Amino acid sequence: MSTTHVPDTLAEIRDDFLDLPEADRLQLLLEYANELPAVSEEIAQHPEMTERVAECQSPVYIFVEVADGVVTMHATAPPEAPTTRAFASILVQGITGLTPDEVLAIPDDYPQSIGLTRAVSPLRIGGMTGMLMRAKRQVTQKR
Amino acid sequence: MTIEFDTSSAKFADYAEPGRLVTTEWLAAHLGEPGLVVVESDEDVLLYETGHIPGSVKVDWHTELNDPVVRDYVDGAGFAALLSRKGISRDDTVVIYGDKNNWWAAYALWVFSLFGHDDVRLLDGGRDRWISEGREITTEAPAPAATNYPVVERDDSALRAYKDDVVSFIGTGPLIDVRSPEEYNGERTTAPAYPEEGALRAGHIPTAQSVPWGKAVAEDGGFRTRAELDAIYRDGAGVTDGDDIVAYCRIGERSSHTWFVLKHLLGFDKVRNYDGSWTEWGSAVRVPIVTGSEPGSL
Repeated sequence: MSTTHVPDTLAEIRDDFLDLPEADRLQLLLEYANELPAVSEEIAQHPEMTERVAECQSPVYIFVEVADGVVTMHATAPPEAPTTRAFASILVQGITGLTPDEVLAIPDDYPQSIGLTRAVSPLRIGGMTGMLMRAKRQVTQKR
Repeated sequence: MTIEFDTSSAKFADYAEPGRLVTTEWLAAHLGEPGLVVVESDEDVLLYETGHIPGSVKVDWHTELNDPVVRDYVDGAGFAALLSRKGISRDDTVVIYGDKNNWWAAYALWVFSLFGHDDVRLLDGGRDRWISEGREITTEAPAPAATNYPVVERDDSALRAYKDDVVSFIGTGPLIDVRSPEEYNGERTTAPAYPEEGALRAGHIPTAQSVPWGKAVAEDGGFRTRAELDAIYRDGAGVTDGDDIVAYCRIGERSSHTWFVLKHLLGFDKVRNYDGSWTEWGSAVRVPIVTGSEPGSL
């Protein structure tokens, strides 16, 4: 894959953040944290199916499925780690429903592009980058 | 001192400075009193927004206490602007609380101390205890009236150690390594389950005693008693009165917690936090490093 392309949902999420004054972006991030869906019963009962994202300071686990050419991403993170939940939520919403090629074409620096580097700090953004890279690797393995 | 000390706790009374801690009961009874500002400081930048002690203001270590460019803390003007924005006056009583047994709260307290803010205390048990006791939290953002906090130049000399200080310090006094045993031994450069923060080598500074920060925390999430802390640091790590002590961890946050214990609860006079810590030492060229479970020598 030589070209990158930001899929529509992730582009909309990025633009929503960038349209807000920097001080208000944390509130939008909190909305994403609250929207992270619970994982399915099957995944909840089989934590070995998930992969820990070591780049995040809080325990976050992701699981990416590829079925019939469509990617679905699941993630869990504890309520006391809302930033991590929000990052997971953005990727779950932005990746689910894409084709494997579309996921692999997401620019690796997408997390740096959504206007949170100053509000959240570069180190914390690194956790989202780790999550994206691991999701892509799972797609590569499972496609 | 603007607000009276919390004298309700027998545990606190044994500490060198009992007034450095407050109980959740005390804080609940004093919320809203003029001269008291409650500050939440967490690892997670959004945790405060999910609900906080009514009236408390947030201070974030990444985005507010650190200089955005240089690896350093804000300067006098930056600190004055920050505290003015948070509605804190120079003579206010500041009570800080946070997640993870007050790691980041202790870190914030240490930074406040670099600027000589006199009356700054921790909530024993931190955020978790307040919430587990079912006390009120709110998502309502406070709108404190801005104050005019004076520009006070930061004085690092008494409370902060730099790498070169530590190089010449080895062998002259106790060094306390508060990281996990795996980090101390050299099996890994980061805390278990924490992200890689860029240290090239693993191990510890020669002569450093391993006393993981969490040893100072009791099962109930508060600080251990004076007798327990004496056993850990005096008997266990061999720290004695009159010692010049330096504590370090990975970026200086966990060692702020230990710094608070040594300085304010046990009353050691000269305690410095080496905030460069392992992310600096473990990448510095030609500084001595020891691996394994023994402190080692220079």
